[in-house]
Amino acid sequence: MFLRYIVSRLLQTALVILGVVTISFFITNLVPADPARLIAGRLATAETVENIRSQLGLDRPLVEQYWRYLQRLFQGDLGRSYQQRTEVKTLLLSRLPATLQLSLGAIVFELLIGIPLGILAALEFGKFWDKAIMVLAFIGVSAPQFALGLILLYLFAYLWNMFPLGGYGSIHHLILPALTLGISGAGWYARMMRSSLLDVMNADYVRTGVAKGLGRSKVIFKHALRNAVLPVIAMIGLDIGLLMGGVVVVESVFAWPGIGQLAWQAIQIVDIPIIMGTVLLTAGFIVLGNLLADLLYPLADPRLRYG
Amino acid sequence: MKKLIFAAFVALLSWAGAQEQGGSMVVTYKDDIATLDPAIGYDWQNWSIIKSMFDGLMDYEPGTTKLVPHLAESYSVSEDGKTYTFKLRSGVKFHNGREMTADDVKYSLERTLNPDTRSPGQGFFLVISGAQDFIDGNAGEVSGIKVLDAATVEITLDAPDASFLHRMAINFSYIVPKEAIEQFGEDFGRNPVGTGAFMLKDWQLGQQLTIERFPDYFETGLPYLDEISFQVGVEPTVALLRLQRGEVDILGDGIPPAQFVDIFNDEANQELIAYGPQLQTGYLTMNVTLAPFDNVKVRQAVNMAINKDRIVRIINGRATPANQVLPPLMPGYDDSYSGYAYDVEGAKALLAEAGFADGFATILYANNTDPNPRIAQSIQQDLAAIGISAELRTQAQSTVIEAGGTEGDEGAPMIWSGGMAWIADYPDPNNFYWPILGCAGAVPGGWNWAWYCNEDLEAKAAEADAMVQTDQEEARLALWKNIYGQIMADAPWVPIFNETRYTMHSARLGGDNNIFIDPIHIPVNYDHVFIK
Repeated sequence: MFLRYIVSRLLQTALVILGVVTISFFITNLVPADPARLIAGRLATAETVENIRSQLGLDRPLVEQYWRYLQRLFQGDLGRSYQQRTEVKTLLLSRLPATLQLSLGAIVFELLIGIPLGILAALEFGKFWDKAIMVLAFIGVSAPQFALGLILLYLFAYLWNMFPLGGYGSIHHLILPALTLGISGAGWYARMMRSSLLDVMNADYVRTGVAKGLGRSKVIFKHALRNAVLPVIAMIGLDIGLLMGGVVVVESVFAWPGIGQLAWQAIQIVDIPIIMGTVLLTAGFIVLGNLLADLLYPLADPRLRYG
Repeated sequence: MKKLIFAAFVALLSWAGAQEQGGSMVVTYKDDIATLDPAIGYDWQNWSIIKSMFDGLMDYEPGTTKLVPHLAESYSVSEDGKTYTFKLRSGVKFHNGREMTADDVKYSLERTLNPDTRSPGQGFFLVISGAQDFIDGNAGEVSGIKVLDAATVEITLDAPDASFLHRMAINFSYIVPKEAIEQFGEDFGRNPVGTGAFMLKDWQLGQQLTIERFPDYFETGLPYLDEISFQVGVEPTVALLRLQRGEVDILGDGIPPAQFVDIFNDEANQELIAYGPQLQTGYLTMNVTLAPFDNVKVRQAVNMAINKDRIVRIINGRATPANQVLPPLMPGYDDSYSGYAYDVEGAKALLAEAGFADGFATILYANNTDPNPRIAQSIQQDLAAIGISAELRTQAQSTVIEAGGTEGDEGAPMIWSGGMAWIADYPDPNNFYWPILGCAGAVPGGWNWAWYCNEDLEAKAAEADAMVQTDQEEARLALWKNIYGQIMADAPWVPIFNETRYTMHSARLGGDNNIFIDPIHIPVNYDHVFIK
């Protein structure tokens, strides 16, 4: 049963990725800009530009280009960057570890900050701490990451010298960028955890437990929390996708050599193979994240086993 | 004894004269280094690094625009100005240890011309005889490049071209070893092998590039530094903080605009800031093929309507207002020309004379990166003051370039060039003419966004470029002044400003001010920087 479920989900995943590839291929190729001209330079004759277009296959009908891209993709060939001439695969692989590290670091901070605050807010429902935490969560969610990153850098790295001023390599370098990304996510987690716990606390079985004299904190920490944490776990999977989007800004503030930086620079110069490669990779992560969330959920809640 | 004292004296003199070698520095850039292949690299980050890792037959005196022989020991030009004979320096080695010969010169130029290389510099060498046949596949080699012996190359041109020696100093002409290209193929840009002062040490993609001194470099005593690390992906604001903390030596992207005023006004920074003019002009184009810009009076009126001082203030004074096409640093700049004065009433009158007393509506394109939208808004207000209502289209660089090269009504009536601006490839007046004001650029996909094509000037430009002998230099520059004077009378552009480049470096770095704002080695001449 479980196997069949996994196979059908993987098929769905493949279809979604194919859809993403198709849509982004046509969108990037319909942008009114000619990569061949940007490569050819200012002194190029029309003939040279035409020649480059044909070398890159840009002179063929778009549908044919699309088909060729797919064919190569199935052979694991993502093409070469127009500008850098390096294989897109090499570029992506060289940057993947940094982005993964940053995303994982951000998730750790999100959970570490968000869940305890959410629990505290729920327990103190309607009182000072609840309100204070919800205001903080709101600020965290809405603070622009660019500004937040610069403020953290200025305070913790420049003024107080606790961390390096950007860069990549050690756990020391990771903390500030991961915290920047994590703070906005933590706001979501705090709100999520709070409402989830409140729901559970109002459930019949909790009230019954309390009525039977089990003690409020015992009921909450032994029974309610376990159920309240479920939807939050599911969110981690979805979060991976959100993080892949947020890393673009944070990577640029912290000189973090990840996928986001690569994508951003490629977009400036219409380097289609790189743009496609980064889209594909990001889409892959989002879809896998969702899949992971779906698979994890039933593990935590046996009622949701695949029927 | 006398001898000994003399020797000691000489040693002392030479010690005092030469900078000490050694040490290392850190340079930051926001954008990645795309490639170090001299036939391909054409951007802010890699332009100067390539110059430090490769060499051409010609170069410039450091910090100036004065052309000097480099890998060539000497050269001669034939009477008709079509044949250049270069005598190569002996004993020049590639980083792989092999000696460079005349065959490498031929190979390198042919590689840049070869369509398979897709070099953005191909167009600089089409003037060589037989280049087109080679490109079209009708010939296996370029007939105009002849190897006379291992140390002599003769290059023949289709027509005399006074800027040819400059073209032999541009990155796209730099000498590469065939065996390394064959070994690395398309990945040569990641595995560069040249004859330059520095060679590749280590490259972590997207993070850091380290180059180290090439011990066999042919210019004795150079470079001064043992090692340079380029850290990429560094936001300019963060780079500044790191420089202030002593972790960074040069801000590759300059002083960030938001901090510029504070930094510049701080006494403590005066020694650390280097600034100077560049070979750059920021301009507004008017498409002369589209009504009403087909009327010269309208174009002149727009020239009188733009408040250039205000635009310079918008960018914190990091430029000087321009009154002509060429920047002041460029030979051929006309000191005596004063341009169109800012005169709103005069502009209105001229517009009325042209039959547009009530103004008209048009579209202004601009790049969407700061400060260009703000500059475009300022231009928009100036136009409104004389009754021209301009719709602003701020878009990605590639989209604006595409609109500029589109013919007819679908094209761009006006473009503000900032963010895509013209920085000269070499310090010769013809570099501002042929691609962006000449007829060859006024074609679909071209870079002459004013679509200005004046057959009369085209002939004069060709005449000027045929004056290749040293004693014709003065007459040639006079002719170019005349050409640009006529262009200003025709007014296809409004020249807005010439940017000043500001760089900041750490206190431990030494080197002439001009080294940090070298007009050729953009942004910094790395070979001549040293540790104090």
